[in-house]
Amino acid sequence: MNNTNQNGTNYGKIIYDGLWVNNPAFVQLLGLCPLLAVSNTVINGLGLGLATTLTLVASNMMVSMIRHWVRPEIRIPVFVLIIASTVTIIELSMNAWFHELYNILGIFIPLIVTNCAIIARAEAFASKNTVPSSFIDGLFMGLGFTAVLVTLGAMREVIGFGTLFQQAHLMFGEAARGFSITLFEDYRGYLLAILPPGAFLGLGFLIAGKNIIDKKRQAHEKHIIEKSPKATEVLS
Amino acid sequence: MNIVRNMIISAIVLALFAIAGTFFVTYTYDNTIDKINENKRLALLKAFHVLISPETHDNDIFNDIIKIQNKSLLGSKNPVTVYRARKENKPVAVIISSIAPDGYNGNIELLVAINYDGDLAGVRVVGHKETPGLGDAIDENRSDWITKFALKSLTNPDKKGWAVKRDGGEFDQFTGATITPRAIVKAVYNTLRYYKEHRDTLYE
Repeated sequence: MNNTNQNGTNYGKIIYDGLWVNNPAFVQLLGLCPLLAVSNTVINGLGLGLATTLTLVASNMMVSMIRHWVRPEIRIPVFVLIIASTVTIIELSMNAWFHELYNILGIFIPLIVTNCAIIARAEAFASKNTVPSSFIDGLFMGLGFTAVLVTLGAMREVIGFGTLFQQAHLMFGEAARGFSITLFEDYRGYLLAILPPGAFLGLGFLIAGKNIIDKKRQAHEKHIIEKSPKATEVLS
Repeated sequence: MNIVRNMIISAIVLALFAIAGTFFVTYTYDNTIDKINENKRLALLKAFHVLISPETHDNDIFNDIIKIQNKSLLGSKNPVTVYRARKENKPVAVIISSIAPDGYNGNIELLVAINYDGDLAGVRVVGHKETPGLGDAIDENRSDWITKFALKSLTNPDKKGWAVKRDGGEFDQFTGATITPRAIVKAVYNTLRYYKEHRDTLYE
């Protein structure tokens, strides 16, 4: 994990932070509004996740680029301006080139402006780090967020509709109509999973799952250290 | 003095960012707005062609429109748009964008296509806020319920039949959602009544 380069930037750590240790949806619990509202199918989750990632990357890079010019007292208004402009540009572009997907995600795209994960990364990371590392941070924080959206979307879609990848053609074109998988024939649907409470419950289970994995790992590492006294000496 | 100086510098920096931000947004807007309008037009046209096949008419249905207003039958106090299909200047059908005002979550926007003789060519839902998983079965992507309106008319079924089964009519309701289909059945029936009363003026 220790692949620090000459500038002292540890990209591996930034990536691991974004995807797991400091995942915006699991750990920071930021951006719950779109997360809970749009995770009812895999494709919806993926669409919103990618739009959020794009916004995060763009805003992180721009904030990092201007970090030496902006006086600290007006940095928040400037960040808000940058994020709002980026989101508007993405919204217009999606409306122009992915119109049908836009019809589904449309009302949630402007909500990205209020996704606190984005301004949190601008403030906590991009305003203090170089452009390349801010790019990596934005990308992997975004992908970490997307991964949670897609996982939660898959859970809710399977339980709620009994399908996977429905309406994939909205994102990948007509050829993707065949992607849709019906897992159970004549499945009557389970409403709770589709409605917002299902999103809360699902996210709760996912976070619990992550915590269990983390605990097991910790216990495992502790076990190894206790077994080999030399390792303890090296660490201390 | 220093405060004023700082304030002015900050204001200028902020203003520069505002100008840059506005520039990029305006630039994107200018370059996408035609495509966006074209997308909207195509989406609507696609919906039209599902209801009235393109061979049946030869006019520009998209621009052959009138606005009509009738709160009690068309569901909106605002004028609704009627698109007219003609072949060799003879009336073929109309598509009335009427509204079912009493959905479970407010207005349900419809396209009601009626052939000249008064039979329904079809009905589609173009906008609604009904409960996902329950009321949204009115959406063509979710179930084929909405397609069952094709070829129905004021006399087929009779007045009593124009209701959901629970109310003694012949249209299915959904498990757990009666209000949504009831609202649509009523709105379609009212639109047909409007058509019957005003057919000739609709094609003028």
